[in-house]
Amino acid sequence: MKAAVVLFPGSNRERDAARALRLASGQEPAIVWHGDSELPAGTDLVVLPGGFSYGDYLRCGAIAARSPIMGAVRAHAERGGLVLGICNGFQILIEAGLLPGALLRNENLKFVCRAQHLRVETTESPFTNQYSKGQVIEVCIAHGDGNYVADRETVARLEGEGLVGFRYCDASGDVSGPGPNGSVNAIAGIFSQKRNVLGMMPHPENLVDPLVGGTDGAGLFASVGRALAA
Amino acid sequence: MNVAVSAITPELVAQHGLKPDEYQRILDLIGREPTLTELGIFSAMWNEHCSYKSSRVHLRGLPTSAPWVIQGPGENAGVIDIGDGLAVAFKMESHNHPSFIEPYQGAGTGVGGILRDIFTMGARPIAALNALRFGSPEHPRTRHLISGVVSGIGHYGNAFGVPTVGGQVGFHSRYDGNILVNAMAVGLCRADSIFYSAATGVGNPIVYLGSKTGRDGIHGATMASAEFDDASEEKRPTVQVGDPFAEKLLLEACLELMASGAVIAIQDMGAAGLTCSAVEMGAKGGLGVELDLDKVPTREAGMSAYEMMLSESQERMLMVLDPEREEESEAIFRKWGLDFAIVGRTTDDLRFRVFHGGELMADLPIRELGDEAPVYQRPWVPTPKAEVVRARDVPAPASLSEALKAMMAFPDLASKRWVWEQYDHLILGNTVQRPGGDAAVVRVEDGPKGLAMTSDVTPRYCEADPVEGGRQAVAEAWRNLTAVGATPLAITDNLNFGNPEKPEIMGQFVGCLKGISEACTALDFPVVSGNVSLYNETQGRGILPTPTIGGVGVLADFTKNASIAFKGEGEAVVLIGDSEGWLGRSIYLWAIEGREEGAPPPVDLAVERRNGDFVRKLIAGGRVTAVHDLSDGGLAVALAEMALAGNVGVTVEALPRDIPAHAALFGEDQARYLVALHTADASRLIDEAAALGIPALRIGTTGGDEVVFGARDRVALSALRSAHEEWLPSYMAEAAE
Repeated sequence: MKAAVVLFPGSNRERDAARALRLASGQEPAIVWHGDSELPAGTDLVVLPGGFSYGDYLRCGAIAARSPIMGAVRAHAERGGLVLGICNGFQILIEAGLLPGALLRNENLKFVCRAQHLRVETTESPFTNQYSKGQVIEVCIAHGDGNYVADRETVARLEGEGLVGFRYCDASGDVSGPGPNGSVNAIAGIFSQKRNVLGMMPHPENLVDPLVGGTDGAGLFASVGRALAA
Repeated sequence: MNVAVSAITPELVAQHGLKPDEYQRILDLIGREPTLTELGIFSAMWNEHCSYKSSRVHLRGLPTSAPWVIQGPGENAGVIDIGDGLAVAFKMESHNHPSFIEPYQGAGTGVGGILRDIFTMGARPIAALNALRFGSPEHPRTRHLISGVVSGIGHYGNAFGVPTVGGQVGFHSRYDGNILVNAMAVGLCRADSIFYSAATGVGNPIVYLGSKTGRDGIHGATMASAEFDDASEEKRPTVQVGDPFAEKLLLEACLELMASGAVIAIQDMGAAGLTCSAVEMGAKGGLGVELDLDKVPTREAGMSAYEMMLSESQERMLMVLDPEREEESEAIFRKWGLDFAIVGRTTDDLRFRVFHGGELMADLPIRELGDEAPVYQRPWVPTPKAEVVRARDVPAPASLSEALKAMMAFPDLASKRWVWEQYDHLILGNTVQRPGGDAAVVRVEDGPKGLAMTSDVTPRYCEADPVEGGRQAVAEAWRNLTAVGATPLAITDNLNFGNPEKPEIMGQFVGCLKGISEACTALDFPVVSGNVSLYNETQGRGILPTPTIGGVGVLADFTKNASIAFKGEGEAVVLIGDSEGWLGRSIYLWAIEGREEGAPPPVDLAVERRNGDFVRKLIAGGRVTAVHDLSDGGLAVALAEMALAGNVGVTVEALPRDIPAHAALFGEDQARYLVALHTADASRLIDEAAALGIPALRIGTTGGDEVVFGARDRVALSALRSAHEEWLPSYMAEAAE
């Protein structure tokens, strides 16, 4: 797996993402500067990491979405290359127009960091093929602006085409309870039309070690490895 | 020398927080009347916050060395060696006054300041903690302060990208007009690449880095050295405004620049900004400093020399750079989008000269600015001893389980989840023990080492008996580190007290320091950094004496850490340590009887050490499945916390003999731990303890979904959990009055 992690001013989970990629693939990802306009040749996977790019000033992800590197990320996605945006990375993907909808302030207006169960909604993606459908995993969340919204047609399309990757749920997989942030249909992560772009608020990259919190996030990175090897 | 614009009047001197005799000292020192800029510089250097003038003589008695101490007090942070070429820098600092005036910015910039102290040493911050004290929950302002402080701490640490892994939150009416916000940060570096503040080399460039200078925070340190009154609200403009984004960039740029080898000396601009940092770099290095303020990046035009020298704008650094590496250094800072300006140079004449608009605005002897600051031997009186409250004079509750439930919902003991869920405690992916246990445990890089950290103090003990309270604060930090399996290494102390000009307050300070000093010596647990915050008074009423202790310990193998959660059913629960049923100053007496009285539990440091060393060996040997130290609320609360954390109940089968049950369960005797282990090993463990003279008693067995004291005296975990978890969220949800 040849992965590239984009470093924006204010990114702060780039090391976490790099560690998860290293553990999953045995290869160190490239760290790519936001001011660059090209990705390293042969990049398979681009990760937009969590953090507070540009301090979340203006709107979360809005300034980063206009960085020089985003042209190359867009081209990579259009060629069918894999793109994973986690937390602030998800916000950037939305601001860049690579994923639909918007992420608003959490419903209770507070930042929330905690262990969080997710239900894997589909295994038919390069990011989820090592999970089973309906599997409940426990990862963590850490965000203040994760309240996913979209217009009715967009939500219907995402649901109809199976583009919802993960939903917030309880330990039994029930998604009907109050989620952590007020997202419509408890949506935690969505795919692009071709499923080669995934944006998600939770942090699978922090749950990749059995000795530190568990390995429920490792399946996502293993899935990417599997998809690329295929 | 330009002529002072306005004559220095006694009123002007007083406005600068300087006493008439202190002003006379200035006149004697420089042999003339100071300019306004110079007066400002003196007030910045000689206030309590920067000069430690009331505390200095007493701080000298603290033990500060050990073979593993690389840097003790006196730098931006203390540094200890954790082996294998790695070192840990850590410190705790208060931001009490600003947080009361403007809680969000005040607390946030407190976090920013302490993080900067850590990376100034060349260490990357890997964890943050805090200790918060609010007024009584009934006070109309408390909710607003909690809300602002917690979101301020959260936002700064979250955006910067450091996990906030632990801390404490307490309430007492004595903090109604003066809350405490103590922030601690811990960073990791190579033991052979630590950076210091002493400038070297004559003619070297002094470089200003980071954010621009604005008019915020002028005289912040002077404000922090005065009591509050009704007009304190008007001091809001003296509170700094934080920008965690700029701080994150500053961190990355500084570490990159340090790695390049261009940095000779570095000092962050904290209290008293440019003045304090420039003077410190020069004075420590035995050099003079010249500054040209026309080169300082400013946010607005027309700032005077006086304003620039006293601004406390955040996220700024001062460095002395290798003159041959200027270009390379500037490129690194430009890359991160930060200001970089050469604002002066080092000189060989030990003068501190400040130019502005081509004019000399200040010309002062640099060493004397720090060294000749007044030092006071303030009069003090010892705190009168409180009477010992005998257990048999405290009524027993009708139901032990009902009393426990009430205590679990008491503000000081109730779950602080509402607070720590607003802090990103998982970023960096190394948080082994999350908030809610005895101490946080963080993996060091990819392991196998782990660091344990905690912050502790019991102000009600310190109020009743400062010496005993000081001992207890250190002992509890040591115990909390021990209870997760770590070897305690060193502490940082954040000494929060009232007005030192009052002999009884000074007596509290002197007493607490004596206790801290004794405990640090007895436990080989030296002080490597710290901060003193005095004048925590409003309208003449002082806070409870609160010497917060931040402790750090190391685990050779982080996977061998112990947590408080019961792991399974049918395990033996053993109480280690002696119980007298000490109810004086206990939470039980306060929460259930409404009495805040009595002497606090005595601390026997030799016993602390003996019992703690025993427990640490049990953990290292993999003999125990859960460990908890006993503190606030005593045995019953510890049992309930272990049961809730593991979601496994417990039945109490025996209690220490000859003590009323409520005193055995709620007494706060020190040097005690609870451990859980396989029943087959319990009697062997008790025998081993006995051989060492350590009391150990099997008090119960895990299992079920209740805490059971007797056939009819039992409480469901679900009921305890609701009581414990609901208090703070419900309290915060109530409409503020």
